[in-house]
Amino acid sequence: MMFKLDFKNKTQLVVMAIFLLLLPIMLQGAGNFWVRVADMALLYVLLALGLNIVVGYAGLLDLGFVAFFAIGAYMYGLMSSPHLFETFAWMRTMFPNGMHTPIWLIVPMAALLAGLFGVLLGAPTLKLRGDYLAIVTLGFGEIIRVFMNNLDHPVNITNGPKGLIAIDPMNIFGFSFGKGLEIFGFKFGPLVLYYYLFMILVIISIILCHRMQTSRVGRAWMAIREDEIAAKAMGINTRNLKLLAFGMGATFGGVSGSMFAAFQGFISPESFSLMESVMIVAMITLGGLGHLPGVVLGALLLAALPEVLRFVSGALDLQAVTGGRIDASILRQLLIALAMIIIMLMRPRGLWPSPDHGKSLETATK
Amino acid sequence: MDIFLQQIINGLVLGSMYALIALGYTMVYGIIQLINFAHGEVLMIGALTSWAIIGMMKTGMPGVPGWMILLLALIIACIVCAALNFTIEKLAYRSLRNSPRLAPLITAIGMSILLQTIAMIIFEPTFKSYPNLIGADPINVGGAVITLTQIFILGITAVCLAILSYVVGKTNLGRAMRATAENPRVAALMGVKPDTVISATFIIGAILAAIAGVMWATNYGTVHHSMGFLPGLKAFTAAVLGGIGNLAGAVVGGIFLGLVESIGAGYLGALTGGVLGSHYVDILAFTVLIIVLTLRPSGLLGERVADRA
Repeated sequence: MMFKLDFKNKTQLVVMAIFLLLLPIMLQGAGNFWVRVADMALLYVLLALGLNIVVGYAGLLDLGFVAFFAIGAYMYGLMSSPHLFETFAWMRTMFPNGMHTPIWLIVPMAALLAGLFGVLLGAPTLKLRGDYLAIVTLGFGEIIRVFMNNLDHPVNITNGPKGLIAIDPMNIFGFSFGKGLEIFGFKFGPLVLYYYLFMILVIISIILCHRMQTSRVGRAWMAIREDEIAAKAMGINTRNLKLLAFGMGATFGGVSGSMFAAFQGFISPESFSLMESVMIVAMITLGGLGHLPGVVLGALLLAALPEVLRFVSGALDLQAVTGGRIDASILRQLLIALAMIIIMLMRPRGLWPSPDHGKSLETATK
Repeated sequence: MDIFLQQIINGLVLGSMYALIALGYTMVYGIIQLINFAHGEVLMIGALTSWAIIGMMKTGMPGVPGWMILLLALIIACIVCAALNFTIEKLAYRSLRNSPRLAPLITAIGMSILLQTIAMIIFEPTFKSYPNLIGADPINVGGAVITLTQIFILGITAVCLAILSYVVGKTNLGRAMRATAENPRVAALMGVKPDTVISATFIIGAILAAIAGVMWATNYGTVHHSMGFLPGLKAFTAAVLGGIGNLAGAVVGGIFLGLVESIGAGYLGALTGGVLGSHYVDILAFTVLIIVLTLRPSGLLGERVADRA
């Protein structure tokens, strides 16, 4: 490790806090695009932290994680956009001013619903081993996406491929994020406000995950990951704990989904493709499975790298040089694929793997 | 009734293509326990290569019969894919063989994106029409219609399966493959070279994928750089459905999935009174998968294996 990050060191902590607080304001100076990149990166960190519970701690390979993200996003979208209101007449009589459900109701509901779906998915798949589980979760993700794409008839619930538009922005105690905030003449744009909101959520999640990791439940998950039969023999209730892992992970997905809907103001099934799930798995694996700093690093890297590359490759006039065959987006995709392969080949256990786990691996023959 | 027969025919054709691709997944999985995410891309490269060869030969050598062009294109596609898959294994998977399970999965995903991008650069990201060189004239069979292409697909699949079962069951290479799948370390002690066997497995898988790719392109008439995704995904589902690692399982799973999908496409709308249209066919495959795996956790033909300690 190049430098040692010590979370008990107060000066480091303060410097980091100040940096994170000032970052969006600096980015805002460089353009709103970069604040948006930072916001999305934080959302991916939230998602990665959730998936890390399922894959990193409990060792259950989930290739359909984006489904929970989608459930959270649609929950928020349906409850706070005019779509349902326009479709159903009885809604209009019930809510004459439109459905602007307060977030104190929607976000917990989104979390709960996603968690419920997580357990629902977990229940029939408990008996499945490793890769069978991977394909079932993948299938589940596709099922959710196809439903969202097609539930616009016979009854228009999700508005199909067109997606939901005009979703309310985040609104906390009557303060709407959509307008931005002005303090002493200094203007904080909505994107900067979302940055602070997501940062708070990420910090809460990291603390939560860290506490969970060292708790009885976390240790039980890791025992299941290492050897399920031995864990069972030690008296661990593997069934309930696996369901709990699915449920917890899905809850994170649901919360980040509802944040995503509020942040974007628009959602469509396109945002929830299989490739998203795969990228989240890649984030946590590239960073370091089951190790929180690694997971955060991986998520930030894979979320921000494409945008930085887009910027860099946009500066070069590639299309003229290569006769129109390679443009910025193609080069970006090429470089991401290469980065994934090379990082994994150089550091098979991730960029920042967990140190404890390493000791047992080095001594083991396989 | 003739609709039913028609859907059976379509299902068998689709299923036999799934089966060929699924065999590639299942053989690789059986030996190194890796989901080779790049397998669908190998199929895509095979189809695009054959498309390029056909285009070149049609302008370069007019007068050569269509089947000969197709055969030549198929052979070249097989060679290209075999070389490609051999290289992928050597570059991206070999050094990660003793790493954590997810590491090679991520390189496989990376490879998949890389191949798609490279194909997009070489062949340009457009939909290209693929000429049908066998003949698509319909033949009437008891009220249903089957084309010459479809008969060809069924025939080639049968031949491939026969050759494969001979190679795996009767030859030294096949014995070595089965031994490595059973226990790589003991197989190595018995004089089997695991690296050679694994390379051979990837090459065989690639040839099957190339054949399936050419058949897929001929049947549907278009090729493009992302065509490998869906067949790859479905074939992987089929391999798991049949019991991953089991060759017969891959074939049974593939044909079963093909039948389910085409019969589903024919009847789903009518059965549910128009509520669920044929858009839901993709879900049907996964729903069947979840139901089958709930009842038989190791697939249709998979054996119950104890977890490796």
